[in-house]
Amino acid sequence: MAGSYLHKDPWWMTTLIYVFLIVFTIATIYPIIVVINVSLRPGNMLHTTSLSLIPKNATLEAYRTLFLHKPFLRWLFNSTIVSGMVTILGVSLASTAGYAFSRFRFRGHDFGMIVLITTQMFPVTMLLVPLFIMLISLHLYDTFLGLVIAYSATVLPFCIWQMKGYYDTISVSLEEAARIDGASHFGAFYQIVLPLAAPALVITALFSFMGAWSEYLVAAVILNDKTLYTLPLGLKQFQSNFDTEWGLYAAGAVIVCIPVVALFLVLSRWLISGLTLGSVKG
Amino acid sequence: MSTVMATTAIKGFFADLKRNRLAYYYTSPAFLVMGIVILYPFLYNIVISFSNMSLTHFRDWHFVGLRQYGRVFADPLFYATFGKTLAWTIINVFFHVVIGVGLALILNRPLRGRAIFRTLLILPWAVPQYITALTWRGMFHYRYGEVNLVLIKLFGLPPIEWLSTPLGAFGACLITNIWLGFPFMMVIALGGLQSIPHELYEAAEVDGAGRFQQLKNITLPLLKPVMIPAISLGIIWTFNNFNVVWLVSNGGQPADSTHILVSYVYKSVFNYYRYGYGAALSMVIFFILLLISVNFIKRTKGTKGVY
Repeated sequence: MAGSYLHKDPWWMTTLIYVFLIVFTIATIYPIIVVINVSLRPGNMLHTTSLSLIPKNATLEAYRTLFLHKPFLRWLFNSTIVSGMVTILGVSLASTAGYAFSRFRFRGHDFGMIVLITTQMFPVTMLLVPLFIMLISLHLYDTFLGLVIAYSATVLPFCIWQMKGYYDTISVSLEEAARIDGASHFGAFYQIVLPLAAPALVITALFSFMGAWSEYLVAAVILNDKTLYTLPLGLKQFQSNFDTEWGLYAAGAVIVCIPVVALFLVLSRWLISGLTLGSVKG
Repeated sequence: MSTVMATTAIKGFFADLKRNRLAYYYTSPAFLVMGIVILYPFLYNIVISFSNMSLTHFRDWHFVGLRQYGRVFADPLFYATFGKTLAWTIINVFFHVVIGVGLALILNRPLRGRAIFRTLLILPWAVPQYITALTWRGMFHYRYGEVNLVLIKLFGLPPIEWLSTPLGAFGACLITNIWLGFPFMMVIALGGLQSIPHELYEAAEVDGAGRFQQLKNITLPLLKPVMIPAISLGIIWTFNNFNVVWLVSNGGQPADSTHILVSYVYKSVFNYYRYGYGAALSMVIFFILLLISVNFIKRTKGTKGVY
């Protein structure tokens, strides 16, 4: 079972690997099938002991209720706005800061990198109360701007680390050549390095988007106005009434998952080449 | 003497500011945002941790010295929860790494359809954590949950009381978190495997090294520098994973027996409004995790060369 692929496997080995992979993959995607299944159940069959993959009398009732009788479109709209803004802010700040950490040996360089990883160790409870008090005094409580700033800050440390690691694999000689040809410092970064770092930029964008799209706790503390609710806050409401709204929760969950799962599927190839965590050096 | 030293330090700083002006331009926006949202609350939290702030003393709080820290360490529940948090972290990260690296080794072979498997196996990572947790909670239902139905109908085993017993609820949280965490390790390991040059294996073949020897002497050692930073992050993220424990056990049920440190603090802060106590306990959690991480990174020398 080495990483080598110079040998051809004997047939029984290949069969064994396939059986294992198929069983493991089915077990892995089973919970996803369950959510889809629940979302298609008619209202009087939410609790069933049947294990069939498609429920009897499958219906889109839950989806219809969600869109027509619940403020689901509003939550969807709010989450899209917030996640979009976090993505833009996250990519622009992480790509520049990561570049500085990769290319300059400035004072506070090592300290800055350590601070970034240290922030990951803060338990979320440590920041919630002070953040809440501070956002009120800045008049950012119950606003999207407050939420966007909070989310950007939480995704930035990982994104900067990860951008820095990728820049490290890009040779400095390319920028030096551009500089000799008369490009400015920023021009060399923007026109030469940034396009080469596309895989890492894609990953940073993905993580920024996901961080905002999936976050529940901070939103619950910052947002109070129901018209500002994002998807996680909205869906959590259904969960508090598990019996009657389990189907609505499932339908909402399926819709929430579609964009992120689609992004992951499209980007899975980039994910492997772009996520270096700064350890594989060329 | 000290003033001379101070002036040289300040002069050195300004000289550096001038020389590396661009570096500061590039980093300051990011650090400004993080300063507002992370650094300031962190300092504020330190202040609160020395105070008696609570629901009854929200505005008129005053400093009480180390009393809150004393309370933290005097509470036997703290030690029990700490032990459980350690078990939680070790079990999770162990399975994440073993499953992730194992799958990466298999998927790095020339198999037909491996792109499909790879894509499907990444999916748990794509699903938002709160959805994963709430869905698994539904799946662990004693009578209608799919986990017990599979146990009964496919394997003929008796059903397990997942959510109503302390051990069952802890197990349910573990299974949920292992499910959502292995794809990250798999992706990192796949990236690492792709960066190992082919020539090494060819040379090993020439020298007559078998598969197991190649795995032991080439693949795993070269995978190590890629995995260590990922494992460090895995430990840090798992230790403080609030979402899964809180949502799967519905706030620590049954009877507050299913807590790790971070959910235990959340309960005392947001359900019992003990802000001072919560702030002190948060600081203790942070320092525990800092010690564990520094120790791990030192032992493995894993992040050498990362910064």
